[in-house]
Amino acid sequence: MSAVRCIDLCKTYRQGDQDIKALDHVDIEIVEGDFVCLSAPSGGGKTTLLNAIGGLDILDSGEVWVAGQRIDCMSKGELAGLRLKQIGFVFQAYNLIPVLTARENVEFVMQVQGVPADERGCKSEAILEEVGLGGLGDRRPAEMSGGQQQRVAVARAIVSRPTLVLADEPTANLDSKTSGELIELFAELNETHGTTFVIATHDQRVMAYAKRLVKMLDGRIVDDIDKRAG
Amino acid sequence: MNITLRLAWRNLWRQPRRTWLTIGAMVFSNAILVFMISLQFGMYELMIDNTLKAFTGHFQVQAPGYKDDTKMRQIVPNAESIATEIREATSLEAVAVRSATFALASSDDRTYGIRVFGVDPANESRVSTIPSLVSDGRFPDNRDAQEIVVGSVLARNLRVGIGDELTILGSGRGGSFAAAVATVAGIFDSGVIDMDRSIAEMPIGFFNDVFYMDDAAHAVVVVTPALALIEDYRATLESVVAGHDGVVLQDWDALQPGLRQAIQADLSGAFFMYGVLVVLVAFSVMNTQLMSVLERTYEFGIVMSLGLTPGRLGRLVILETALMGLAGLLLGALVGGLITTWFTYNGFSFPGMDQMAANFNLPSHFYPQVSLLTLFAGPAFVFIGSIISALYPALRVHWLHPVEAMRLA
Ligand SMILES: Nc1ncnc2c1ncn2[C@@H]1O[C@H](COP(=O)(O)OP(=O)(O)OP(=O)(O)O)[C@@H](O)[C@H]1O
Ligand SMILES: [Mg+2]
Repeated sequence: MSAVRCIDLCKTYRQGDQDIKALDHVDIEIVEGDFVCLSAPSGGGKTTLLNAIGGLDILDSGEVWVAGQRIDCMSKGELAGLRLKQIGFVFQAYNLIPVLTARENVEFVMQVQGVPADERGCKSEAILEEVGLGGLGDRRPAEMSGGQQQRVAVARAIVSRPTLVLADEPTANLDSKTSGELIELFAELNETHGTTFVIATHDQRVMAYAKRLVKMLDGRIVDDIDKRAG
Repeated sequence: MNITLRLAWRNLWRQPRRTWLTIGAMVFSNAILVFMISLQFGMYELMIDNTLKAFTGHFQVQAPGYKDDTKMRQIVPNAESIATEIREATSLEAVAVRSATFALASSDDRTYGIRVFGVDPANESRVSTIPSLVSDGRFPDNRDAQEIVVGSVLARNLRVGIGDELTILGSGRGGSFAAAVATVAGIFDSGVIDMDRSIAEMPIGFFNDVFYMDDAAHAVVVVTPALALIEDYRATLESVVAGHDGVVLQDWDALQPGLRQAIQADLSGAFFMYGVLVVLVAFSVMNTQLMSVLERTYEFGIVMSLGLTPGRLGRLVILETALMGLAGLLLGALVGGLITTWFTYNGFSFPGMDQMAANFNLPSHFYPQVSLLTLFAGPAFVFIGSIISALYPALRVHWLHPVEAMRLA
């Protein structure tokens, strides 16, 4: 079964009297356990595509299937449930909950899922350590640097072991060392748990890890390289 | 702690001043409601009880129709024996027989139309406060004494004092002419102008003689230990009355319909005011919550994209309101309760109340009583009003779309 399947997606934004095709008849299928990098120049439609896969945005036309379910006609509540159980998001703008500390942000999804407190504590502690934020768990987002917030966002996305991780520029604010560590972490999850990754990025090091490289331009997929195939 | 509760709590303290202002509005209106309702209910209770104890009593046995048309011939045939039966059946002491008529009372200088009652000197003081309100002279103690007690205003109008004689002219039970001379034995001062101006009381033996009543009377008056207890006695009284022809049981509500009407009018006026207060608070809550929802659009976008359902987010908004409402309810009840309790000990009066107090034979100071009902009825409405007003902000959350919400930041 494919993890993600998009059929003929179209999304147009109106800006002034100009129509911008953020997604222009996009077809893509991603198998389970894949590690896909989406690359495109700024404005190429990466974020729009990730949002579409996560069921966050309303599309003009096309079908989106995630884990065998068609999601473009689900209700908001159903979509929320799907995201809660299956999808981890890392947003381009970190998007942490400002009133919660780093640890609480990381625990949030598990808490909504109903994971018991001690299990949550262990997991969040471990994952914060892994992203290099051991000891910063009690800080609120406003008290952290951009890179630290981004790592909290990554930790939050992967801590509950979703089957699909959608990451939008997860390394944009990181130095090469930390971003390298982060990618190692992704790769390891991908290897050991078979988590499917779809990562929008400009970062060459990230692309180096990709099993598949998808290039977009002006809302269209212009190149699709399966690196395993050679 | 539950995550929704934790978020709600944190969100409230993100803008402490706004939260306190909203809670403050609730506390203020709740305290006012507690005090006003306590005062009002205390007043009504006192008003009814004092008015009824003055003269009317809680129940009266009368001829059917007498209460609307007080004709001489609408009699209770063997009133004394009914009174005795009631005393035995209910073991109430406060049971007294009364007769009444309209008559002309003449002193040396003047004549006035008055209402004369024949009362039983042995029992009247148990069903009426008039005997105890005799401020000058005394209340007759002999059933057959040719004496009369008049209201203070009437005495002044007739220019009579203790020991003076009054000529009473009227018609007897059969319609014949009736006349008597009675000595003024006492003057009562009830504080209720109407009563003091137009009422006189004679011993019932003397009255029945003058007006040819024989053994009949016009009413058997019954007072129960408390207004709240009257329903306990109704059935027993009804069964006694059922054993006699041509008489019915009337309760205070039927005897003094104006009393309940006055209270109801006052109540609906007051409730309108309370309603306005509740609506005002509700709007201020709606304003607060709407602002705080709009402010958090971005955040709501995040938690929705993390998998929180719109329904749960809506509940978050309601929960925040409920937390504020609960604080407002408890603090409001506390403050209101304290203020009211202070007045319970020190009394409360407001301008113009003396007049009203005099009309209902009440003291000029009220002592509001706090009860569970008066403490929580008003605040409960404020709480419910707040929750209802948070529904709109909560619904707005439902309409949010994650991506747009995050972009709106
Ligand atoms: N809310 C919006 N209103 C109007 N146009 C939009 C909106 N969101 C995106 N677009 C347009 O859609 C196109 C695709 O945007 P998208 O955010 O998907 O690009 P991206 O590949 O993620 O770019 P970046 O690398 O800068 O993040 C762009 O031309 C952008 O201007
Ligand atoms: Mg983008």
